[in-house]
Amino acid sequence: MSVLNSKGGHKLIATPRQPGSKPFVDAAAQGVFKLPYCRSCDQPHWYPRPVCPRCLSDKVEWETASGQGEIYSFTIMRRAKIPYAIGYVKLDEGPVMMSNLVTEDFEALHIGMRVKVFFEDDGEGNLVPLFEPAN
Amino acid sequence: MSIKGRACIVGAYEHPTRHAPDKSVAQLHAECARGALEDAGLSKDDIDGYFCSGDAPGLGPLSMIDYMDLRVRHVDSTDIGGSSYLALVSHAAQAIALGKCNIALITLAGRPRSSGMATGTAPRAGNPDQPDLEWERPYGPATANLYAMAAKRHMHEFGTTSEQLAWVKVAASHHAQYNPQAMLRDVVTVDQVLESPMVADPLHRLDCCVISDGGGALLVARPEIARELKRPVIQLLGAGEAVKGQMSGDVDLTYTGARWSGAAAFAEAGVTPADIQYASIYDSFTITVLLQLEDLGFCKKGEGGRFVMDGNLISGVGKLPFNTDGGGLCNNHPANRGGITKIIEAVRQLRGEAHPAVQVPGCTLALAQGTGGSIGTRHGSTTLILERV
Repeated sequence: MSVLNSKGGHKLIATPRQPGSKPFVDAAAQGVFKLPYCRSCDQPHWYPRPVCPRCLSDKVEWETASGQGEIYSFTIMRRAKIPYAIGYVKLDEGPVMMSNLVTEDFEALHIGMRVKVFFEDDGEGNLVPLFEPAN
Repeated sequence: MSIKGRACIVGAYEHPTRHAPDKSVAQLHAECARGALEDAGLSKDDIDGYFCSGDAPGLGPLSMIDYMDLRVRHVDSTDIGGSSYLALVSHAAQAIALGKCNIALITLAGRPRSSGMATGTAPRAGNPDQPDLEWERPYGPATANLYAMAAKRHMHEFGTTSEQLAWVKVAASHHAQYNPQAMLRDVVTVDQVLESPMVADPLHRLDCCVISDGGGALLVARPEIARELKRPVIQLLGAGEAVKGQMSGDVDLTYTGARWSGAAAFAEAGVTPADIQYASIYDSFTITVLLQLEDLGFCKKGEGGRFVMDGNLISGVGKLPFNTDGGGLCNNHPANRGGITKIIEAVRQLRGEAHPAVQVPGCTLALAQGTGGSIGTRHGSTTLILERV
């Protein structure tokens, strides 16, 4: 997206959250980015699930993460009213997550670029993690 | 127990329509069924197994079996997107091998073009219970931009170029010029692909498949029945299916489930990629073809770009003739699910009934490969290996 959702740019698609996502949402409200870790297999995963997708244990706990990572891949969606950048970010903790890459300068985006998380309301009260260049 | 040689494709029909505003989806299914029966020389009462997928309206087999008033003793409605129909052939063969049915009907139909569906560029609504939805849909994932991310990563890791991807479309267009029913019959050049509008970098408009109405049907039967019919006998040698997702967050967009489904199909068939004379390769986008060719073993991982260049996929020109009907890129992508058309063209090639300009001489061994869903998130992959007896 060229500019933020809240500044008239490409809009996030409002999507209700599942009950198990409450700890993530509560942390996001404090500006904190959390990742789900499994206490049985000792690994993080994404997207978050109350049941660990690696070992099916229910011993999943949320831990504060760096919110930093690098672009794994991305594209600029040109066939949209307002073009937007969608990508996969490889978090420093390991998992790769889908997000939007928010910048005024699409041309500067590249695989391997360092990015950091921030949160944006989807318009219906759901905080969504987005990424911007880390400078 | 193997399905090798246990079942044959005895009927194949591709609906000629590409735009059907005046027909219902159920009607198209029924017309496809009629076409396949006429092709096989069988009648409706011979059918004792019915197979369909998510494109079938209502409760799938319940709605369609009632609509066509079939009397069957085996049903299957596996839904793994566009790859479903290759899996359904395999499942029909399994059912036939176990005596659960003798003659299985598989149908597909849809009319996304008439319904004005922005198939590739609009994010799909999704089911509210879909567990990934809240973590992906806000960002505007659409079919085209998800596949674009796979293309971008392939370029980054292996140096693949837009020119190389364009060669896939160029080859498809060379074939489509001979197909009077193809939506896009004009031969295009690499430059024309590159000059077409960018949809989602690096995929241009001509890197994307068509949006069409239509459908197709297949009849799968016991070998003894196939030998009694007047059509060439096309037997199933091997099949494989796989689902690949984001692997708990260890996302790797450089390969597809074809790595697994292909290996399983080749092992069951007892043949190698070098033996294949014709390949139908799912072509939702040019990158889809390139990834699957690598994953099936037609070339090494990362070398797909060089493999598809210079007309290597053009029948009569290159080493691996592919999608001689024009494929999804030029001919037809009914219901946004191209799996069945991949099988139909492979059957035409094995029967020697492809257009003479694209017919592979003496074609006795063919492969059909499908993907469903999105290789950018989670997808099904199915591989069939077929032989003319």
